[in-house]
Formats: sequence, structure tokens, C-alpha cells
Amino acid sequence: MLHCPNAPLPHCPITLMPQCPNAQLRNFEEVQRLHSIFLCKKTEAMISRLSHISVYVLDQESAYNFYVNKLGFKVHTDAAMGPGMRWLTVTTPEQPDLEITLMPITEGMMFTKESAAAMRDLVKKGTFGFGVFECKDIHATYEELKAKGVEFSKEPKKEFYGIEALFKDDSGNWFSLGQKE
Amino acid sequence: MSNQPHIYHYRRVVRAKMFIDSNFPEKINLDNIADEASFSKFHFIRLFRSIYGKTPHQYLIFVRIEKAKELLHRGEPVADSCFAVGFESLTSFSALFRKVTGISPSAYLKEQIKRNIAIAKVPLRFIPGCFAEAKSWK
Repeated sequence: MLHCPNAPLPHCPITLMPQCPNAQLRNFEEVQRLHSIFLCKKTEAMISRLSHISVYVLDQESAYNFYVNKLGFKVHTDAAMGPGMRWLTVTTPEQPDLEITLMPITEGMMFTKESAAAMRDLVKKGTFGFGVFECKDIHATYEELKAKGVEFSKEPKKEFYGIEALFKDDSGNWFSLGQKE
Repeated sequence: MSNQPHIYHYRRVVRAKMFIDSNFPEKINLDNIADEASFSKFHFIRLFRSIYGKTPHQYLIFVRIEKAKELLHRGEPVADSCFAVGFESLTSFSALFRKVTGISPSAYLKEQIKRNIAIAKVPLRFIPGCFAEAKSWK
């Protein structure tokens, strides 16, 4: 059995691959990397998986509090990159290999002063919907997040594809919260 | 919702779960948690398990181990992490930690310290090149 820190999780890619030839390795990241290569070779896929996705936020510290303390996400990498710069990624508890980058909208190489201002304005207005988060029990999750002050624009409602609610992060980005039936 | 607990029950069980989340370092026994939810003990355990897939006791242990992982992740010593999350015995903590994570707390701490040093020394190893380039991080 591999020494995976996430062994009890049902979707852990490492425990799903006990036949991996690199099972003797103990370094978590190295094992993950080798598994990716192993899976690529096995499926012969050009692109095999998503590793990072960016969510543009107004304030990284506030976003940290929202995603970690309210949503219950795990900090993956928190690296100081010089004055006022920080690389901050989080993951959902059961998907430790998909990093969500909490990207601040600041003037610099990625944004001109004008585009940063325009982007901040659009995010605040709730223009962007970034994705769908899944949970096992949407009613319990909804009650907990609401109690923690998360703003919902749609209460859990049965749709033809499952039960869905919509919530906003602290910047204004909205997400769907779903439970498959 | 027809085969599931009523929303009124959800709120009580969610409140009890949040009570565990906030008070995990304290001595919590099941009766305290059931009292928090204003339920009979057995009814409460059944509902809690139907929602969270764990009994309240299993969930309390899960939270403590997860919090210990966070402390070890930050480089806190094993003994400090053990007592900070509410375990009273280092031996039982180590055994539970290993059972849940598949690795001993000291080995986990060693890995995390190594990783934290690597992040501090060469952060670009942990950042996709395209982002680093766009931000002129070298």
C-alpha cells in the first residue's frame, strides 16, 4: 500500500493505482507526478488532466479566509514571491491534485492599470461563474455555509440534472453547488 | 427530501457538526454534542451518520486528525500538534494518525518541513512557468 496522505479519500489517484510500478516511492508529490506519467502512457492521451485553475479575487487574504475557513478547502501552496506578491493555491478536500489559484487582480504584467480596474469591476458585479462544486449532502452544506455568512443567490432546488444551489465568493465570483442524485 | 431528514433536523445536526468544528480541542463527549442538537443520543447519531457518513465520534477524530495535519503542515512539532487538537495521549494520536493517513505524524512532519523549505528556497518549482513568466517572477 502506498504512503499517501490522502489514503482514506475515495478519489485519491494514488490509492486508485496500487499496481503502479513506482509504489515503493514515499515522496507524495513525486508519486503524484509519476502517476500522471503512468496514466498518460496508459491512456495515450495528449492532455490527461487539469492541474491548476485560476479564480480572480479582489483580495487574497480575504479570499484565503473565505475558501479555507468558510468553504473548508485545504491550502496547497502559499509562497511569498516578494513584496506584496503571493502565490496561493487551495484544493477541495477530496481533490488534492487540482489546485485552485486565488489570483489577485493587480496592475502588473498580467493586467494594465485600465484592464485591472475593468476586471475588478466585472468581478464585483458577479460577471464570472467559475465552476461547479459537488457535495454529498447539499442541504447540510447549504445550511452550514449560510450559517457562516456565505451569500446564496439560489437555494437548493431539484433540477433535471440533480439538486443545485448558487453562491458567491467574497469577491463576487459565483459557483454552482451541486449534489448528484 | 422525502426519504431524508427534515430541514429542521438538518439545521440541528449541522449546528452540532459546527459545534465539533469549533470545539474539537476541548473534551467533548457524545452527550454534549447530542445536547447541542437537542436530540436523543441514538436518534442524533443515526441522523448525523446519514448526513456526514460518520458517527459524531468518528467525525470528531477526523476533525482532530485533519487539524493536526494542518499544524504539522505548518511545521509544528508532533507533541504540540497532538495536544493542541485535543488528544491526551501521544501514543493513541500517533496510532490514529497512521491509521487515517497511512503515515506516522513524525514522517508526515518531516515531509512537510522538507516541502516548506523547498517552497521558501525555490518557490518557482511549485508554480507553473506560464504564471511565473506572466508575473515576471524569476
